[in-house]
Amino acid sequence: MTATPPRALPTDEQWRRWGIDPAWSRTVEVTGADGTHTWHVLDHGPPTPIGTVVCVHGNPTWAYLWHRVMHRLGDRYRVVAVDQLGMGWSDRVAVRRYAQRVADLGDVVDALHLDGPLILIGHDWGGAVSMGWAVDHPDRLAALVLCNTGIAVPAGRHAPRLIRLAASGPLNGAVCRRTRMFVDGTLALSWSRVERTSRDAFRAPYRSAARRTSVADFVADVPFDATHPSAAAIDAVASRLGSIAAPTLLVWGASDPVFDDSFALDLAARMPHADQHRFAGVGHLSPEEADVAGVVDTWLGEQAIAPQPSTPSSAQIAPSAAYAPGWAALDALAGSYQLAFVDGATGERTSFAELHERITGIARGLGALGLQPGDRVAMLTPAGADLLAAIYGVWRAGGVTVVADRGLGLRGLGAAVRGAQVQWVIGPPSALAAARALRWAPRARQISVGRRVPGTLATLAELMRSDAAMPAEPQPDQPAAVLYTSGATGPAKGVRYTQRQLAAQRDALAATYAITAADRLVAAFAPFALYGPALGIASTIPDVDVTKPGSLTADALGAACASVDATIVFASPAALANVVRTSGGIDPRTSAVRLVLSAGAPVPVATLEAMSRRCPHAALHTPYGMTECLPVADVSLVDIRLGGDGRGVLVGHPVAGAEVAIAPLDLHADRPVVLLPAGTTGEVLVRAPWCSDGYDRRWATEHDARPVDEQGVRWHRTGDVGRLDGEGRLWIEGRSVHVVHTDHGPVTPVPVEVAVELVPGVERCAAVGVGPSGCQQLVVLVEQVDADAGLADEALSSAVRAAVGCPVAAVLVAPTLPVDIRHNTKIDRTLVAQWAGAVLRGERARLPW
Amino acid sequence: MKVLVTGGTSLLARRTAEALLGRGDQVVLLQRHASPIDTTQVLGDVRDADAVAGAMNGCDAVVHCAAKVGVMGAWSEYHGVNVDGVAHVLHAARRADVARVVHVSTPSVAHAGRSLVGAGADAAVTGRSGAFYAESKAMGERLALHAAGDELPLVVLRPHLVWGPGDTQLVGRIVERARAGRLALVGHGNALIDTTYIDNAASAMVAALDAVSPGAPCVGTAYVIANGEPRPVAELILGILHAAGVHAQPRHVPLHVALGAGSVVERLWALGRRTDEPPLTRFLAEQLGTAHWFDPRPARDDLGWSPQVGIDQGLALLAEWFVAHPA
Repeated sequence: MTATPPRALPTDEQWRRWGIDPAWSRTVEVTGADGTHTWHVLDHGPPTPIGTVVCVHGNPTWAYLWHRVMHRLGDRYRVVAVDQLGMGWSDRVAVRRYAQRVADLGDVVDALHLDGPLILIGHDWGGAVSMGWAVDHPDRLAALVLCNTGIAVPAGRHAPRLIRLAASGPLNGAVCRRTRMFVDGTLALSWSRVERTSRDAFRAPYRSAARRTSVADFVADVPFDATHPSAAAIDAVASRLGSIAAPTLLVWGASDPVFDDSFALDLAARMPHADQHRFAGVGHLSPEEADVAGVVDTWLGEQAIAPQPSTPSSAQIAPSAAYAPGWAALDALAGSYQLAFVDGATGERTSFAELHERITGIARGLGALGLQPGDRVAMLTPAGADLLAAIYGVWRAGGVTVVADRGLGLRGLGAAVRGAQVQWVIGPPSALAAARALRWAPRARQISVGRRVPGTLATLAELMRSDAAMPAEPQPDQPAAVLYTSGATGPAKGVRYTQRQLAAQRDALAATYAITAADRLVAAFAPFALYGPALGIASTIPDVDVTKPGSLTADALGAACASVDATIVFASPAALANVVRTSGGIDPRTSAVRLVLSAGAPVPVATLEAMSRRCPHAALHTPYGMTECLPVADVSLVDIRLGGDGRGVLVGHPVAGAEVAIAPLDLHADRPVVLLPAGTTGEVLVRAPWCSDGYDRRWATEHDARPVDEQGVRWHRTGDVGRLDGEGRLWIEGRSVHVVHTDHGPVTPVPVEVAVELVPGVERCAAVGVGPSGCQQLVVLVEQVDADAGLADEALSSAVRAAVGCPVAAVLVAPTLPVDIRHNTKIDRTLVAQWAGAVLRGERARLPW
Repeated sequence: MKVLVTGGTSLLARRTAEALLGRGDQVVLLQRHASPIDTTQVLGDVRDADAVAGAMNGCDAVVHCAAKVGVMGAWSEYHGVNVDGVAHVLHAARRADVARVVHVSTPSVAHAGRSLVGAGADAAVTGRSGAFYAESKAMGERLALHAAGDELPLVVLRPHLVWGPGDTQLVGRIVERARAGRLALVGHGNALIDTTYIDNAASAMVAALDAVSPGAPCVGTAYVIANGEPRPVAELILGILHAAGVHAQPRHVPLHVALGAGSVVERLWALGRRTDEPPLTRFLAEQLGTAHWFDPRPARDDLGWSPQVGIDQGLALLAEWFVAHPA
């Protein structure tokens, strides 16, 4: 068989236009089983590389796919990107089967004398070829990185429609060879995200039908049934993937219609030690569309400094207390007819005995329906008795609850459920229908809450009555929950918790607030109702729209307190503010309340004071923490009064078992962090036994959020900026993204705002920076209800400047400040900065809020 | 050190000369008309190469302030002073083995018509039509930077909107127009404008003279000089009016109107063969209608200079001066 000679290589000018140094391009003669072929490779690296990276493209791309990887890694690693035979600028060849392509990769690696341990990166079918080489050369594999690829069609999924269509006999030639349909189709999968010059580069080697032969052959080599000539070889590799011990990273564009998320999960199941990083909204050509190069770079660096990559990166301390599972209190109260839960909306009262029966029923029922330990279950049921029972039931059965904050909205909820790749969905028929229609979890098994609907396996009520065998009790370090909360920027991240971490959190809350069996809880912030059963105390959720916690009235709170004779109230700052607004004075129904907790956003002291007057017997506390770690610190209203005016907001001493440290503002997770002494402002780091496990399928995000200090201790970055004072109390000075970087150093917003709010007539303000980081100017926006948005008058400007200890370029006023809907207290300083920047450039700028 | 300061009648040159004399340096002034400063003076024009060479004789350093400013006049006049004049200074400096050269330029050589927010000293651009001042200063700065090196250690300073007691360019015009009831603010006066208090501009010249030496990082580099305290333009103008004891509320003119009016006024002035400066120019409208402030770090790091007099302090000094010099 005669090989078509490679077309003339691109000119130097062409390479440069594509951003490739022409010197990287070279050819190499490789002798294999069927003779000698000319390969084209891009080869780039420093004189003494710290490692060798071999990149294998798929179909119908070529070595150009790796240009970003080559630029990013090429200063330290030798990066060799090959053009597979028949592809790119390598020799055109006759039909080549999978096994032959695996052998080809070995041949070219040997011909290039790449003898040391190799870091192998594969995309699309290049990933499958890489896996083939990897299982055959365990001793030569340093690390394996796979992007949007697969080795087998995951169970329950149909083969990618596009590929199946293109592979089918009659269409294969038309789609792949005679027309540019397949080449362009692949680009189209990522069209909007691929720049014009890159599109040109991707197409360049496939301009004529003769040059696309291998594109068609490659597609035809995808086995869709066991009789295909390549099926056995691919299956053999798939079955041996578990033998790969080298560090492995699955880095994925989540919006790839071909190798979608389910392929990543299939590979993750075959290689349980693999790290994952998922790019939301990124398509098939992930190395082109997203910063795959950056993630790979960081990840490779981490493999070098931490030889055991599978060590959990959690910022945890071993808990001192013995582990008792989340349902331990429920088990202990199995025979008790004490009140467990009151549904605020219906008034329905549930005893611990009833609740226990329901929970065990759900656990048994789910086990009988085939729920496996680690299966993920999306909880789409609104807060209430059913949700409570379902969550504990799933936990007891060994499942992982996936819970999304309602503040995310429908889109955010969908993205969360899709990203978490749930196997089960529990929710009312309307939510199940939405989940199906919007393809959040098209293959998940569904349990309906309420009436039985077609397509569901059972209703929750049926499960509650199940008398099937009880599933084995989950292990402490088994995953328990993935929580999605509305983040300030970007898509919501899933926060992973294990059973042990949830149990530790319960114990921390009990210890911090001396919660005993004699307490009863009103959770006006719905997620907190979950702690009731875990703590073995009665709880209720007031009758209020859970999506608008700020709508809680004093009367609704009073009714809820009366229903359980509450001793503890947990409410968001917005809810508390509305209670104060709608209150007529001391409500006798709240007379047993000994503790009012408020968290979730900064709590204005005035709100706490006002609440204190209405609940004179209650201590007011605000726990400080975040979705990833709660509680971190605690402060009481009394402490705040005694704390005086310091720089920022006092959030108190770290709670017992938690640790807080301060890191430099320019902290970088790639280097050990030098912790700062007391009194110095920096980013707040925390660790605790109840700190979350990490971020779900976000290796790079998790890595960035979990730096290690000089003692090798791993911390969680809060994104908050603050300092510890001489007494060990934590003061928060703002979010690190809101720090104003002036030419005299960083200025944190909260201390400026606290100072300005002491100016008579100023209720609320926002301190932001305008201009480039490093020489930003400080600007203060003051809320003035009856003012036109613009410059403040002379008197206010002078007063503000006099109150602030550093230069203020301008003082602006606006009738409102942009605050979050949920809490009504978190000021969107980023939006303020954008508007202030436009105004102070001299532009006509309407208030964007 | 014996320092030649050109353009000695301008406020900046005068204050620079005074600062140098104050610390014990010798100063030679080169200008067309006699200056009240008690030091060696050479009367002459920088367009005259021989006059420049004569003044440079025996000097160790030169601060080249002389320039043709404003919008009125022929291109040949701008080119003669702002380009040929620079060439004469550079030539004479080489001949006289001068060891330090500070060339005074302007931020407008690099930018026109857009907001500058924390900007650096970008390279000078040429090729704009109409703006004779900026165009000729850009050409002159290029000449100067091209000549810089170990043989001729030269640094370029671009002071931005210099003002202070005795300043007729900025303060004088604002106060005069306000007194006449004809002061208008461009836009809402929100744009952040950085300015330079005169004493700071003078101390920057002295610091640059001390810093520029063979191998120093500032050699062959341009620096923007400003207070590093941008303020909304309306606030600055009101501050100056307060200092002058003028209580006028300026009218607001939208930016696009001001730009258009500036162009028209410039043309009318030219048609009318008037030689005084028009009340509104396109350049002025741009300067006052869009943000103009800069990154202070390069000058601080490389010249070891930072302003000593803050804006508020400067306004207080200005107020004192107005009390002592009533209109």
